[in-house]
Amino acid sequence: MATSAAVSAPPPSRAPALLQRLRNGDEVARLITLAFASSILLVTVGLIYQLWVTSALPRHKFGFGFLTSSLWNPVSGQFGALPFIYGTVITSLIALLVAVPLGVGAAIFLSELAPARISSIFTFFIELLAAVPSVIYGVLALFTLVPLMRDYVEPSLKKTLGFLPLFSGPIYGFGYLTAGTILAIMTLPFIISISREALLDVPTEQREAALALGATRWESTWQAVVPYARLGIFGSIFLGLARALGETMAVTMVIGNDPSIHASLFAPGYTIAAAIANQFSEATGDLYLQSLVELGLVLFLLTIVINALARLLIIATTRRGSAQS
Amino acid sequence: MKKNSLWLGVFGALAILLAVAQAKVLINAAGATFPNPIYGKWFEEFAKVDPDAQINYQSIGSGGGIRQFSEGTVDFGASDMPMTDEQIGKFKNKPLHFPTVLGGIVPSYNIPGVTQDLKFTPEALVGIYLGKIKKWNDPELTKANPGVKLPDNEIVVVHRSDGSGTTFVFTDYLSKVSPEWKSKVGSSTSVSWPVGLGGKGNEGVSGTVKQTPYSIGYVELIYALQNKMAYGFLRNAAGVFLKADLESVTEAAAAATENMPADFRVSITNQPGKKAYPISTFTWLLIPSKIDDQGKKKAIVAFLHWMLTDGQKYAGSLGYAPLPMGVVAKEEKQIALIK
Repeated sequence: MATSAAVSAPPPSRAPALLQRLRNGDEVARLITLAFASSILLVTVGLIYQLWVTSALPRHKFGFGFLTSSLWNPVSGQFGALPFIYGTVITSLIALLVAVPLGVGAAIFLSELAPARISSIFTFFIELLAAVPSVIYGVLALFTLVPLMRDYVEPSLKKTLGFLPLFSGPIYGFGYLTAGTILAIMTLPFIISISREALLDVPTEQREAALALGATRWESTWQAVVPYARLGIFGSIFLGLARALGETMAVTMVIGNDPSIHASLFAPGYTIAAAIANQFSEATGDLYLQSLVELGLVLFLLTIVINALARLLIIATTRRGSAQS
Repeated sequence: MKKNSLWLGVFGALAILLAVAQAKVLINAAGATFPNPIYGKWFEEFAKVDPDAQINYQSIGSGGGIRQFSEGTVDFGASDMPMTDEQIGKFKNKPLHFPTVLGGIVPSYNIPGVTQDLKFTPEALVGIYLGKIKKWNDPELTKANPGVKLPDNEIVVVHRSDGSGTTFVFTDYLSKVSPEWKSKVGSSTSVSWPVGLGGKGNEGVSGTVKQTPYSIGYVELIYALQNKMAYGFLRNAAGVFLKADLESVTEAAAAATENMPADFRVSITNQPGKKAYPISTFTWLLIPSKIDDQGKKKAIVAFLHWMLTDGQKYAGSLGYAPLPMGVVAKEEKQIALIK
């Protein structure tokens, strides 16, 4: 009896407390910010729902075959997403392979090794690069990167690594490699800028401690500072990856827009975002249109899967690294 | 006080704007991008002739135009290809097709060392786009171009990557001249290309052709003329090699006039006639056959009459081929069907 009295006692006193908190503004702020935060969830759920509903036709017709078929023929009404998935993944992978070492290396130089003056000049230019619209990168790629790749980079790769299927076949200048390269250039400013911030946030004691133990400047940077900032560096890579996966204009201008799968990186391909941008406005018939919507759904899921894998990677490396930090 | 008078001013201005807007008949239209420059000019000029009518045109593409027109979100549509029976079947009142101007499609190429205009046979064009003719010195090409030293280089084929009326007309032509193309690839706004690189839009195709030695692509005649691009001759159904110009495109429509179906849904590619350029096409306005709003009906009918007479004079200077007289006369009769 005593306990139930204790439980039923609070209500009368809670109401004035709530009113009090409302008057203080804390509760108001909490509710408003909660509404803002949940709007993100609402948008995400709404997006998935809309994509799911408006892609009903191809989902029922092709089922999982949509993901495994590499036939994309609007005339006969057969649609398969595999060449687009392949192109999206391959170009993003090339972009990261090029941009991550370059970007993280540049960030280390700017935050740890460069004089402050030089660092601030470089940073200004990097932020400028990050603000360039993607269509500008696309035009740049079409008129300078394509001839460069066709006349110099790809022939020399073919000459030295031509025994690999990745670097064989005819050279057009348009294809996976060129698209991956322009994506690398586009993601680079993000990786440098955010990695640099993360490295600058590392406490000075971390460096001093390493130096006091007799480490050289480089040893202190590589073994004490970089591991400390690794979460931020990973974050920068994910942001770069997200840009690479969804990039549309620049890619469609240089990838060659050929919906088939080729082993060679010199060959033309297609990405999901490019396919939607290219074909949506003139898609005739419901099945065609809805197949493009389903491509959007696939891109959405692809992003989620890659993000989840990346998060697992972080968890794994953080555990292993926790002993040393 | 100052603030109040400011608000008063703003509301006053809004009220005047609204009053002006209400007096006008606002007509919304959407569709094909290819005729957008001349439609823009027409709607601007027509507003001077009939100050009460204001037509807003959004060039969102033929597919989008047909879709919005079927859903009734615009007063009329525009398309580079006629509507299919299935699309028309969705309407309670059958929509009418009004050809407005004509366009042509030309083969453009980039072969270092070759300065002459090349001549293409239909067989050569089909062979190149099927991937069967692989090199520039293929007999099919050298035979038609005596005196031109064609190189022993692989042909890089370029096509449109975006869905487009241009692709529809080009593949429609290839389907007409080649049963193999018809069965293997077919015709549509975008098709499954056997070979080649895709470029987005006319500018994407021409950019890729310019950037790639030994390449070939197809672009709209108006685009090639405006950008002073080199393009080749094409052999027409009568066996004459023609370099496309506005007259030869109009001629294709004239050749098709006699057998024109009553609803104007007709492909005019590969028409007979010595002067007819083979890859020519109409572009159409899609008008409802029943318009309930009398103000809109009056304005649209007036516009159609104006477009078929005075409007045609603007075509040439903007790079479009005007309608032949025979087609204009038939369209005038169709206007009476708008109820």
